[in-house]
Amino acid sequence: MAFQLTPEREQQLPEILARYPTKMAACLPLLHLAQEQNGWVSDDVIAYVAERLELSAAHVFGVATFYSLYHTHPVGKHHVWVCRTLSCALNGADAIVAHCEERLGIHVGETTADGQVTLHTAECLASCGTAPMMQIDCEYHENLSPEKVDVLLDRLRQS
Amino acid sequence: MLQRTEHLTKRYGTKDGHTLERYLADGGYEQARRAMSMSREEIVNECKAANLRGRGGAGFPMGIKWSFMAPKVAPERPHYLVINADEGEPGTFKDRTLMEKDPHSTIEGCIIGCRAIGAHVAYIYVRDELHLAKDRLWGAIREAKEKGYLGAKPFGVDYPVEVYVHAGAGAYICGEETSLLNSLEGRRGEPRLKPPFPAQAGAFGMPTTVNNLESIATVPTVMRLGGENFSKMSALHPKEGGCRLYGVSGHVKTPGIFECAVGVTLRELIYDLGGGVKGGELLAVIPGGSSTPILRADELVNAPNEKDALHAWHGKSVLDVPMGVETFRGLGTMLGTCCATVLSTQACPVRAMHNLMRFYRVESCGQCTPCREGSGWLERLLDKIVAGTGTLDDLNRLSEVANSIMGNTICAFGEGTAMPALGFLKKFRPEFEEYIRTGGRSSTNRLELHAAAAE
Ligand SMILES: Cc1cc2nc3c(=O)[nH]c(=O)nc-3n(C[C@H](O)[C@H](O)[C@H](O)COP(=O)(O)O)c2cc1C
Ligand code: FES
Repeated sequence: MAFQLTPEREQQLPEILARYPTKMAACLPLLHLAQEQNGWVSDDVIAYVAERLELSAAHVFGVATFYSLYHTHPVGKHHVWVCRTLSCALNGADAIVAHCEERLGIHVGETTADGQVTLHTAECLASCGTAPMMQIDCEYHENLSPEKVDVLLDRLRQS
Repeated sequence: MLQRTEHLTKRYGTKDGHTLERYLADGGYEQARRAMSMSREEIVNECKAANLRGRGGAGFPMGIKWSFMAPKVAPERPHYLVINADEGEPGTFKDRTLMEKDPHSTIEGCIIGCRAIGAHVAYIYVRDELHLAKDRLWGAIREAKEKGYLGAKPFGVDYPVEVYVHAGAGAYICGEETSLLNSLEGRRGEPRLKPPFPAQAGAFGMPTTVNNLESIATVPTVMRLGGENFSKMSALHPKEGGCRLYGVSGHVKTPGIFECAVGVTLRELIYDLGGGVKGGELLAVIPGGSSTPILRADELVNAPNEKDALHAWHGKSVLDVPMGVETFRGLGTMLGTCCATVLSTQACPVRAMHNLMRFYRVESCGQCTPCREGSGWLERLLDKIVAGTGTLDDLNRLSEVANSIMGNTICAFGEGTAMPALGFLKKFRPEFEEYIRTGGRSSTNRLELHAAAAE
């Protein structure tokens, strides 16, 4: 079935469009909104965004594939991003990544079999002073230790 | 000597520092109100007198940038103020603190900035990952609007100002200002050729100023103190003025963001503010984000010529030179974002370079061949060295690849990759050679501290 925004999300669209002098400028915000609802940017989402903003599907697809936070394939319900860049690596990020892989039983880039969690690495998330750190969905978790990670992942698998 | 200040961070320790109530209790929005009755030139002149150097990395004088938007330039076309809060430079985490802990100073700065450059709309481009920061900014915008500080008649003056937050979607390159503008317009974040510069044709093809978030958040302080007084706080006045945020992370005991008068030395940043090195002695420091070439702890300033700006520090440790845009250029590196990354003697420089070159390969937008292919070559050569199968010839190859990126790309990402690469190779040549000869056994071959030392 063709993609549609829920009525609550649909209501946000006029306010978003009013921020910019062009419709195209709403491309990133609308993709965010649609992905939030759909979980990922499917072909249907692309067609929908293209139609609403009077853009070509090729333009929207080009945008969706440029940015790392738009998922152009189905993904888990939750996302874990472990920062691996220098300040985090100096404080043990590699061990955190390995620990997550072990606890979740997947490699970076994969999703758990129950579809709950997708594991990613991230590049510097502007949290270097509280390294090592990870982002789970919309939240930052800082000054990590393997024990802290266990608590977070357990909670996540049950939610 | 180290001079801590509290102009930007006054509300950092408070729980409600992000609220309008707290901001107003500290005299907030008085400067925006005042700016509304000032002329554009008066505001720009205040900013010029402040000698405020852009906090985004390049250190361009902010007042001069604002003056490029002179009223003569196409007054009939809309002008835009765009704030860069993409904060993606590895090691940098200062703008995030301002947005989360004190968003109103940014909004007030935007009102003053709009007035100064003749804009009626400001977009704050925030990297998408910073959800709390975006929420705090939107919350501040809402509060300011309810009070009538934003909207059709800010402070009752017939000069409409609107501020919007625009979220990125995960791309380091969108911190580069023209890439950011493309991203704002709803396109792929690929940098544009310059000229035209943003002041001529920026957002939506219109005259635009792009300021870093810390730069704009500092503007209310500049207005409150007056440009000249602001500038005089700095040990490097009049070349660069005021106070700014210093960051330190990596192998230090108390990493964090600290506000000080301009002119802090790396020694002060690492030992006084950062609490000293953990897990060994100081090996090296990346002064201002990963694109700024690394400095070794044992390096001395070489400026025998009396005319040299660094002559006063000739023969002294590089750690004792005040951190400034020009002083650090003189040292062959850059001040960058003023957020330093510290490596102890337990960290392997080969691994550090490998980590950063992977970052640049991942983040290259792919538009220019030398950068797209070159960053991949740099990473793969280092993969080989780290795997223990590198040769001494690979070191020359690394330099060759880096040199062929330099100057051959549309934006400064290319230099941002090549300069630190060449820096590592130059500063750590003996260590790299030993590493290759011994297949990595000459080195700790790791970045993290041994468990005991990490305590
Ligand atoms: C690859 C690259 C990434 C950049 N990232 C950022 C960034 O995250 N934040 C920022 O303020 N400036 C960044 N800049 C610098 C901007 O292009 C621009 O110079 C700056 O936002 C201007 O603000 P300022 O004059 O207040 O410093 C980056 C530049 C390059 C080449
Ligand atoms: S290096 Fe991990 S947050 Fe900056």
